[in-house]
Amino acid sequence: MTVEASLAGRTFPPTEPYVVTRERLVEFAHATGSTYDGGAAPATFPIVVAFGAMTALMEDPSVGISLHRVVHAEQRFTYTRPVVAGDELTATLTVDTLRQISGADIIGTRSEIVDADGRPVCTAFATLMHRGEDA
Amino acid sequence: MTSFEPGTELPTQTYTVTRADLVRYAGASGDRNPIHWSDRVATSVGLPGVIAHGMYTLALAARALDTWAGGPGKVRELGCKFTKPVVVPDDEHGVEVVVRGTVKNVTDEGVQVALEVTCGDQKVLGMPKAVLGV
Repeated sequence: MTVEASLAGRTFPPTEPYVVTRERLVEFAHATGSTYDGGAAPATFPIVVAFGAMTALMEDPSVGISLHRVVHAEQRFTYTRPVVAGDELTATLTVDTLRQISGADIIGTRSEIVDADGRPVCTAFATLMHRGEDA
Repeated sequence: MTSFEPGTELPTQTYTVTRADLVRYAGASGDRNPIHWSDRVATSVGLPGVIAHGMYTLALAARALDTWAGGPGKVRELGCKFTKPVVVPDDEHGVEVVVRGTVKNVTDEGVQVALEVTCGDQKVLGMPKAVLGV
């Protein structure tokens, strides 16, 4: 099974608002051996919000992705400002590119993460590799 | 505070990753894929055993960047390819991940850092790099 060709260029609805609490940031920082000092969130924390958008893409039956065939191939973040406690973040995912390489679909996604006022916080670019049946 | 000049080699950071860390990270990140906690599932899909989340390894690179930058909140860009898995044994010792960084350039955009993230003698991230606003 391959991914629906019309997927390229498609933008998915924004995720439900994610409320960033101090507890969440403490938990995330501790999990990676850091400490949370009450200010900026760890740089990779926005993946939590982006992951919600990616999960919605992968579970959308019209897209044609089998979850167990997906590998996270590449990740990049650009930041307008750090995430802080009290932020209410949503992610809006767009499929920027779709390529087929030796039986695998290479899906280039961009999730724009904004705060409650709609102001940009961070953009998370993820490349997902969806292996075909024989790949 | 580190001085950032092109060519500066930043102090190498070594981190230990255990199974307990992966379980904590699964909870904190929401990524509960069983290949990160179950040997049974990991080996069934052809992996040598439980592997760290790629994003866990990238988080360790971010931790090194925070150390070099003198605190969190300075990272303007961060990215990598996930090329080789970090296999985490089911024991109390875990496995070591080493993060090295070299200043490539200093521009108005910030300090461009080329990273090297290794486990044993293998590079586990492909072309990891960052821009620091310091």
